[in-house]
Amino acid sequence: MGLFAELRDSISRVTASMFADDSEPKRIGIYGPPNAGKTTLANRIARDWTGDAVGPESHIPHETRRARRKENVEIKRDGKTVNIDIVDTPGVTTKVDYSEFLDHDMEKDEAVRRSREATEGVAEAMHWLREDVDGVIYVLDSTEDPFTQVNTMLIGIIESRELPVLILGNKTDLEDSNIQQISNAFPQHETIALSAKEGSNMDEVYEKIAEYFG
Amino acid sequence: MPETTNPDGVQIDLISGQRMSGKTSMEKIRMILDGVRDGKIVVLETGLTPDEESKLIEVTMSEINPDDFTGIEIESFPQSDTGDTTLLGRLMGKESTSKLTVIGPANQIQSLHKDETLISALISRK
Repeated sequence: MGLFAELRDSISRVTASMFADDSEPKRIGIYGPPNAGKTTLANRIARDWTGDAVGPESHIPHETRRARRKENVEIKRDGKTVNIDIVDTPGVTTKVDYSEFLDHDMEKDEAVRRSREATEGVAEAMHWLREDVDGVIYVLDSTEDPFTQVNTMLIGIIESRELPVLILGNKTDLEDSNIQQISNAFPQHETIALSAKEGSNMDEVYEKIAEYFG
Repeated sequence: MPETTNPDGVQIDLISGQRMSGKTSMEKIRMILDGVRDGKIVVLETGLTPDEESKLIEVTMSEINPDDFTGIEIESFPQSDTGDTTLLGRLMGKESTSKLTVIGPANQIQSLHKDETLISALISRK
């Protein structure tokens, strides 16, 4: 892209955000690797503010194989209301091997079907990221090493699109949780600790959602 | 590109930035995936842009086949600290997208480890 085209785009983004219709909900994609707790978080947010869930949770990887949108979630913080659509996306990976599902007591046909749906889901998640989200909540399992290529690439993609991103270190209820290693991996972003399963520190999460996406 | 013929070997293609520079995003992705699907390890001197990485993941997913191709392993060095990707940086001509990148077939790369100055790959034959 030429320099003047970039300047023009930057100016148009600024002016678009200045004159954006605040009543239009922003689409916030919940991204992260498989089994980070994205759906658990999406359900926690949706239940807290709408009473409904977004989708089923599971310890089996790739339980979420389609992006699911929960529309018009109104989050109230400090007298301010933030209206967002939550988009719960399939966990992003660069490989899917059906044999991994066989370890979860599945027959081969079911495992192959699930792996095929998982690949379609990841492709769909990437498409949403490039085309259809206004901001990102990036969820990481704080018991796992965050310094993986998929995480690095996705944060790079999000930054290159100049989308606001809130990084959450999930699963603080587990003994091996280590939020500092996430902060070290992505020092250019703030990391908020939480347990989506137990609902701990959700007040700070909602404050940050209002701050980042309001 | 010349092909090795030893079926027991692992071919490593080191692709220069110059070779990639005239290609479109899809041509780069096609070149990478064609090589990886043939069992090669592809090393890019200058890596991919974030948008190209996004498309690489998407196209990889569309090509995964349970009996044949389970996806890719990929590692790259972070962009140089001296690189500046801000608009001001680009205005000042300081943009750097150079990042050595290693890509291989997921079913042949047993481990791909990276630290700040070293990427180490343990590769098995098919």
